[in-house]
Amino acid sequence: MPDGFSAGDTAFVLISAALVMVMTPGLAFFYGGMVRVKSALNMLVMSFISLAIVSVLWVLYGYTLSFGKDAGAGLIGNLDHLGMRGIGLNDLNGSIPVTVFAAFQLMFAVITPALISGAIADRAKFTAWSLFVALWVTIVYFPVAHWVFFSDNGHGGWLVDHLGVIDFAGGTAVHINAGVAGLALCLVLGKRVGFKKDPMRPHSLPLVMLGSGLLWFGWFGFNAGSALAANGVAGMAFMNTQVATAAAMLGWLAYEKLRHGAFTSLGAASGAVAGLVAITPACGSVSMLGAVAIGLIAGAVCAAAISLKYRLGFDDSLDVVGVHAVGGAIGSVLIGLFATGHVGQSVQGLFYGGGWGQLGKQVVGVVVVATYSFALSWLLGQAIQKTIGFRVTEEVEVTGIDQAEHAETAYEFSAVGASLARALGTPATVTEPVAAKTNHKTGADAR
Amino acid sequence: MKLITAVVKPHQLEPVKAALQAFGVHGLTVTEASGYGRQRGHTEVYRGAEYTVDLVPKVRIEVLVADDDAEDVIEVLLKAARTGRIGDGKVWCVPVETVVRVRTGERGPDAL
Repeated sequence: MPDGFSAGDTAFVLISAALVMVMTPGLAFFYGGMVRVKSALNMLVMSFISLAIVSVLWVLYGYTLSFGKDAGAGLIGNLDHLGMRGIGLNDLNGSIPVTVFAAFQLMFAVITPALISGAIADRAKFTAWSLFVALWVTIVYFPVAHWVFFSDNGHGGWLVDHLGVIDFAGGTAVHINAGVAGLALCLVLGKRVGFKKDPMRPHSLPLVMLGSGLLWFGWFGFNAGSALAANGVAGMAFMNTQVATAAAMLGWLAYEKLRHGAFTSLGAASGAVAGLVAITPACGSVSMLGAVAIGLIAGAVCAAAISLKYRLGFDDSLDVVGVHAVGGAIGSVLIGLFATGHVGQSVQGLFYGGGWGQLGKQVVGVVVVATYSFALSWLLGQAIQKTIGFRVTEEVEVTGIDQAEHAETAYEFSAVGASLARALGTPATVTEPVAAKTNHKTGADAR
Repeated sequence: MKLITAVVKPHQLEPVKAALQAFGVHGLTVTEASGYGRQRGHTEVYRGAEYTVDLVPKVRIEVLVADDDAEDVIEVLLKAARTGRIGDGKVWCVPVETVVRVRTGERGPDAL
């Protein structure tokens, strides 16, 4: 390996990449538990499909658009690494191989569109969603990742290198980006049938807790791994992640107890996620006490923000806007107040003698990413809606999207189903597997 | 013969079963049920959205008894199921034309 290579850093980032990967199934369970039983599987698969689509696109052109040398003006990467060509085993990004860096960043690209799906739970066609994921990462995520994450001594992405916006692990590129796209999509698709009238209670809070636990676990890779080295900044980011999340859970629960009279498990899980989101951009620039403050603020504010959808009348099914857009904005903006100048970056926030400058930059970063993401996501959603249709029929939505879109259901509840079917003389429900048909045995026998 | 049906709180099932057994009732049928009376249900909160849950969980106990025993069994049921708090349930009794034991074909009180 060339000079500067660090086996320790490489091992750490590889593990971090794997941790970030587990966030996507974690998110699937977090969301999956929150929807009704009839559409639980669809919610899970909407996250899982992102693993498949984005991974392939990343190799084809995603990496080079995000992290290829800047094509000019800091807006997009060039096409030097189409199909990952030109990336050798010994090429380094800092002290780690480029292949390892590419793997780590891939996982960010995977989870970001998956986050959006919670806003349109229960009502999106799976093909339309899949197409959206592919197009959205192409025209929204890859460019924004370039703006925010690609640093190249003043020749990198315009937000990070020209303007000086701090986003350690993706508060703008991942969370505001996804949260605002969720808002755009749920406006395009419209409200669920029965929104504000029918009870749409979560079908499994234990799944939600499991999912939020996996997210929390994976998030250490997300945030600490973003140091791209096994060093003190990684340790600081790790600790900040933990304490901000803890504080946010307490903040959310306190708000909830005061406002609604109970400490709910969904509140605990949601508060944790809000804290994780908020500390993501800030974990590399604030002290641990700053992290606690950011967590408390994010927990309480996000808990209050989720009621916006009822007041403003948009159906963000699983509160992607309230948790990710609002949480990401809080974290990004608070960097302008809480950055100490002694952690990963030398920039100081307002509370540490840095003046208003960084606060202004952070606000610009938030507004720019939110505006870009909202506009393009809305246009993309409309384009899909007008062509192949984004939303399922009302009948499918009412009876449950799992059966219609996936020919499956999440659970088998009936203990008498089989004997009842026999007793009623309904046609046999088991047909031979497709493989048997190719063997010239007709599968129709079983009917 | 009479069919006595009681809809009671789930956690009163064990005392009711024990009391009926002590009285000498040979068999009963228990079904999970849900419903509400005058007190209505309860409220659940999910991320600040409050849901009124009308139907609360109950168990439905059905006992077939001879005419003479009916009043006594009702008394036993009432005593065992009563907590004195709201939502204790209801007991009712209807006449039954005939009862047949599936295994032997016995009819009437012999089949109880």
